[in-house]
Amino acid sequence: MPLLKDGVEITDDKWVRIDDDAALPEDCHALVTMRRWLAERDTLTARNTPIGVALESSDNPDAIMDDLGRFSLIEVDFPQFKDGRGFSVGRLIRHRGTYQGELRAKGDILPDQLHYLARCGYDAVDGDARITPAAWAEAQTRFSEVYQSTGDGRKTVLQKRQCI
Amino acid sequence: MYRYDEFDRTIVTERVAEFSGQVQRRLAGELTEDEFKPLRLMNGLYLQLHAYMLRVAIPYGTLSSAQMRMLAHVARTYDKGYGHFTTRQNIQYNWPKLKDVPDILADLATVEMHAIQTSGNCIRNVTADQYAGAAAGEVDDPRIWSEILRQWSTFHPEYSFLPRKFKIAVTGHAHDRAAIKVHDIGIVIVEGDNGAPAFDIYAGGGQGRTPMIAHLVGAKIAAQDLLHFIDAIMRVYNMHGRRDNLYKARIKILVHALGAEEFARQVHDEFAKGGAGDDLELPEGEIARIRAYFAPPAYETLAADDPAYTRALADDKAFAYWARTNLAAHKVPGYAIVNISLKPIGGIAGDASDSQMDAIADLAQSFSFDEVRVTHEQNLVLPHVRQTDLYEVWKQLDAIGCATPNIGLISDMIVCPGLDYCDLANARSISIGQIISERFADLDKEHDIGELKIKISGCINACGHHHVGHIGILGVDKKGVENYQISLGGAADENAAIGDIVGPAFTEDKIVWAIETIVDTYLALRKDGERFIDTYRRTGIEPFKETLYAAA
Repeated sequence: MPLLKDGVEITDDKWVRIDDDAALPEDCHALVTMRRWLAERDTLTARNTPIGVALESSDNPDAIMDDLGRFSLIEVDFPQFKDGRGFSVGRLIRHRGTYQGELRAKGDILPDQLHYLARCGYDAVDGDARITPAAWAEAQTRFSEVYQSTGDGRKTVLQKRQCI
Repeated sequence: MYRYDEFDRTIVTERVAEFSGQVQRRLAGELTEDEFKPLRLMNGLYLQLHAYMLRVAIPYGTLSSAQMRMLAHVARTYDKGYGHFTTRQNIQYNWPKLKDVPDILADLATVEMHAIQTSGNCIRNVTADQYAGAAAGEVDDPRIWSEILRQWSTFHPEYSFLPRKFKIAVTGHAHDRAAIKVHDIGIVIVEGDNGAPAFDIYAGGGQGRTPMIAHLVGAKIAAQDLLHFIDAIMRVYNMHGRRDNLYKARIKILVHALGAEEFARQVHDEFAKGGAGDDLELPEGEIARIRAYFAPPAYETLAADDPAYTRALADDKAFAYWARTNLAAHKVPGYAIVNISLKPIGGIAGDASDSQMDAIADLAQSFSFDEVRVTHEQNLVLPHVRQTDLYEVWKQLDAIGCATPNIGLISDMIVCPGLDYCDLANARSISIGQIISERFADLDKEHDIGELKIKISGCINACGHHHVGHIGILGVDKKGVENYQISLGGAADENAAIGDIVGPAFTEDKIVWAIETIVDTYLALRKDGERFIDTYRRTGIEPFKETLYAAA
């Protein structure tokens, strides 16, 4: 499963996904479910190592909007490419919540979706063999003009027309 | 009409290049059909019963004569010489070859046309009142706001993978010709508190297997907040719409499950949060820029009643018949709105040949300020014709078989492609439409019956709008035999209603008898000046049930 961060393949991902019923290992980049984060927030915050949270596609990010500053990784599941909830989740976390850490889309992702993911705030993708650095690079230049403002800083067609 | 600027052109050109690349990869075997499917479905390319079908977008149903000629060119060059105008104001080609699709899209792009978002679970081509800018009593031109929505929804990064397809319709008139209440979002332009255009926004309407009438979720939304409010609806839907069941994924199911009040509350909550790091406020300058494209054409100052026109009405009965049904009042004295019937008796509803399209393009250029409209009832419109030109326009339309005087009458049916083309259909629709129209071919009889909207779908997906037909016909499969279920009392206008199922379905050889029986029942019951729908609303379904099933 290739993992891309800012379009570069990462072969030594340091994050470890911890099952809900497993003990937390010391001294590791622990990735826990949103359920566990909400249940054990105080214990998890007391640790002195980076913490990440993994959202199922049905998780409502409103529950962690006040905690975003505590995470170094937020991973969002895309169970099927057709399930587009993650695009809204990305925008809420990155653009409404102004989350600064790594935002990773994981799962069934089409190369043709990379452009949209980037515009919705994702900087990392964990997908299948089709998700290559070349595919990421191509997606960034797919449209030289965009109609929608998303908070990603790209100037929209409307802003260019109206010089704003 | 709207004209692309450099930005719009770049976006369409880049999309054509991308899709052409995807087609090449498929033709070269680099993509399997399974991998290609989600890509082609982003671009209106379906695999139907016999061939690929390409659906080309006609934004809010507005065409220039050059665009209409291009549609004729595509029909002639890449298809079998005809196209099919749809209830989404689009056109479908039923026989393109996959290898030709990149060329078709490149040709279309030369006249600022494309197939973007004519399929897939995204915001589809926005539809609007076909009389936009021409009808008297319009609050504002819906094309302005439809174009703003078209741009905002094109390749939307957040809303291109919705739970299900999403349709928006806009009307600027209190009399709704755009069926806005059976759309996912229906927008009615109203006068705002300061006299500027504002929007009543309805959500959760739809047809298909669970027909619903939309609910008002935002009243008098200000123009600068239009995109922001629509965005709030889209986000609530994208986050909370069902994804576990294809048949329960439309927004209407979410609105129904939450209740319209709770849904509206969630939308207003989301709206109040002020977007997500984006700027959704519509600047006055952009509204003005787009409005300028839809400025009224250079009308002449004319008398309200042209003497030559009045004389022709008196002298030519056939012309007078046509004028009675196929013309609508124009807001400017001395002009008329001309409806072009694509429902010849015994023909295929919504089909037009390449030569018909070319001839209509010529008429638009000579007599209607270069404009043609497509209606959701599968006809065409010349929106601005001088009364003094009507007789000539009629003669030319008659010469190409497009002057059937039946707009709004029983033979002016909406008919889906049905089992003749569609791989979802349970039954044929086209042939049912043909035999009904042939049975009511007698013009005097048809005019005596008056306004009566029959709508026919070949399956429960309701592309033929049967739920909102005054008489709706739904094709069902009963143990391998095509049967037809009838509903009565539906309406798609401002008094939108879902029809009531009248009883057990009819076989193909009984369907014409059933329609005749319903019409005869109405004729016997009607009081002075009542249309079919008025009589039905007064009497209810019982007398119709009685005559249809008494013998059984």
